[in-house]
Amino acid sequence: MNIVSPGFTGRRRGGTELPPGQYLTHEFPVLSAGPTPHVRTEHWEFTVTTESGEMYRWDWPALMALPAEEITKDIHCVTRWSKLQTTWKGVSLDTLLADVETGADYAMAHSYGGYTTNLPLEDLLDGQSWIAYEYDDEPLDPEHGGPARLLVPHLYFWKSAKWVRGLVLSDTEDLGFWETAGYHEYGDPWKEQRYAGD
Amino acid sequence: MSDYLDGNVAAGPLSELFAVDLTAAIAQCNGCGHTTVFAESRVYADAPGLVARCVGCDSVLLRIVTTPNDTYLDLRGLTYLRVPTT
Ligand SMILES: [Zn+2]
Repeated sequence: MNIVSPGFTGRRRGGTELPPGQYLTHEFPVLSAGPTPHVRTEHWEFTVTTESGEMYRWDWPALMALPAEEITKDIHCVTRWSKLQTTWKGVSLDTLLADVETGADYAMAHSYGGYTTNLPLEDLLDGQSWIAYEYDDEPLDPEHGGPARLLVPHLYFWKSAKWVRGLVLSDTEDLGFWETAGYHEYGDPWKEQRYAGD
Repeated sequence: MSDYLDGNVAAGPLSELFAVDLTAAIAQCNGCGHTTVFAESRVYADAPGLVARCVGCDSVLLRIVTTPNDTYLDLRGLTYLRVPTT
């Protein structure tokens, strides 16, 4: 017979919880919808275009000159893997957008190679997103989106556009590459917003 | 190491939608006009959906996303698919 000692409440192993429908991986799977662009940092640039057409531009030295942050976050891919405590270095979008004059509600991220993904602008602000250029203390590999990728870890990882080259801000919500083909326009892993209508 | 497969990989999901084997069809890219049998396109399947790209210009020819309720088929990148009349 089991004897339950009343004072013993147990201990949750690791204390980690995954979003619904996800499994834990220790690998870093590479997903790609096209050939991997190899963009050299001397040719790299990142632009922000506002709803009035004004463009702000950073080249690689300008990005490196901005204050960088060490980021440790869990990431969740819509193909159901989650990876915990991933470590990155990058520049907060709060820093990049600080002097950008805009009243836009939406952003479309554009990548080298043509990929796009849409996000509400507010999801890029308040310490929620970065332009990341190091993973695990190493320069970001091209297969993981280097030289720099968008990192928005609170949404499914397809929103963290690899090879990011710019944001286009807009008053209206347009849909990106996967969002026009059946994936959810927002993609909150904790609400399991995988597909349109979820 | 190549990260893509040939267009025959699309045969399974396409056969769920069409009665003819579209991988044997002649496909014209809407981006560059390159015209070839669809099976020769490059298919990226390690992704949230299946993406076929033109061997001439890398533009997207076709996308297939299968959700629990629906299959989305995007053919915007193709000018045409030419299928022999039987
Ligand atoms: Zn083409």
